[in-house]
Amino acid sequence: MLSRRLIPCLDVRDGQVVKGVRFRDHVAMGGIVDLALRYRDEGADELVFYDITASPEGRSVDRGWVEKVARVIDIPFCVAGGIRSVDEARAVLHAGADKVSVNSPALERPELIAELAEAFGVQCVVVGVDSLRDADGEWRVRQYTGDPSKTRALLRRTLDWVAEAQRLGAGEIVLNCMGSDGVRQGYDLEQLKAVRALCQVPLIASGGAGAPEHFRDAFADADVDGALAASVFHSGAIAIPALKQYLQAQGVAVRIP
Amino acid sequence: MTVVLVDAGGTNIGSVRYALQRLGVDAALTSDAAAIRAADKVILPGVGAAGPGMARLRELGLVDVLRALSQPVLGVCLGMQLLCAHSEEGDTECLGLIPATVRRFAERPGLRVPHMGWNGLSVQREHPLLRGLNEGEQAYFVHSYAVPVGEWTLATADYGAPFSAVVARGNFHGMQFHPERSAAVGAKLLKNFLDL
Repeated sequence: MLSRRLIPCLDVRDGQVVKGVRFRDHVAMGGIVDLALRYRDEGADELVFYDITASPEGRSVDRGWVEKVARVIDIPFCVAGGIRSVDEARAVLHAGADKVSVNSPALERPELIAELAEAFGVQCVVVGVDSLRDADGEWRVRQYTGDPSKTRALLRRTLDWVAEAQRLGAGEIVLNCMGSDGVRQGYDLEQLKAVRALCQVPLIASGGAGAPEHFRDAFADADVDGALAASVFHSGAIAIPALKQYLQAQGVAVRIP
Repeated sequence: MTVVLVDAGGTNIGSVRYALQRLGVDAALTSDAAAIRAADKVILPGVGAAGPGMARLRELGLVDVLRALSQPVLGVCLGMQLLCAHSEEGDTECLGLIPATVRRFAERPGLRVPHMGWNGLSVQREHPLLRGLNEGEQAYFVHSYAVPVGEWTLATADYGAPFSAVVARGNFHGMQFHPERSAAVGAKLLKNFLDL
């Protein structure tokens, strides 16, 4: 049986892992390779690295640390940050990343998703979706969320964008529910369920994990394939081995290494 | 011992190479027929699609070279699928070393394609490649096509139905998952291959 995945997310800025609250006010959490190794040893199933300032600064991800991580890590990892062409994705994949995640550049030019799927296969192509509920009750996509001064609200509905991204060749969707991000009150189950209903590829929940029950709810109620979290793992508030024991006891299929 | 990684244009070559380095083996990346023939062990990695993968092997003149190898060969992920007779992916004729047809997972409710993540291995047949593998130990898979279960199957995984996770026929071996990304379990199986 396929296990549900626990995925620490490492936001990278200037060669350090950082964490903000509601995508703002970042503080340093430690070195990239050190944290990657720590999570590998604790039994993380996968890692995601977001070069959070790449897209707003109009540059691609720094590949030096991608290769350093690839040399020491023996679990899969995905890299995101300003990847806007097949050539840039190839460089990151050749440096040792298993998947690339595209977000803002895919919103600028949705055909990028199809080009990446054609070049590398859908299994390498993750589409990150930053989503926030507007006053009219609709979830809509946000762009350039790495820098609050550059973040843009789009007219595109989140559900429409997820459907389009899949049609174009997304092999996995990471749904960042910005309204719940960083506040540790639980994943946005309502939104995850709505996206799950139309998402035929793996779906990863992001934003809001604060307690072990939140992970169980995301897996058991919203049927997500993986759950991504940052601050609760970085701070040690939730230890991955204990979380996996808890989830297993709750009937969630997990990998106990 | 010389180990070569066949450069068939796959993108996971770097990570396979690093995994071998962690086991103390420095594998050369090559598309040179003589170097491949002379190696003690040959690994065919690959992420991507069957059609472009085979096209690349043909362009490099490696199809008959690979078919004629007598030393231990390991295909990883797409590399394993290329060892088979045929793939539904792009209706591609493959190397024909394992008499199987690679088929796409049937999509149905709750069964997402690609099959992506950690899944348990179930041993079907004793083989040195599986030495020390415990029932249910998990490996990391990422694929949309799979090799059915047959006489070539050493271990299965289950996704909707059992499929081949590890195969062997003569000197040709395959792992559908990514041993280079399967933590201690993957390192153990890669080490077993190096020890064949």
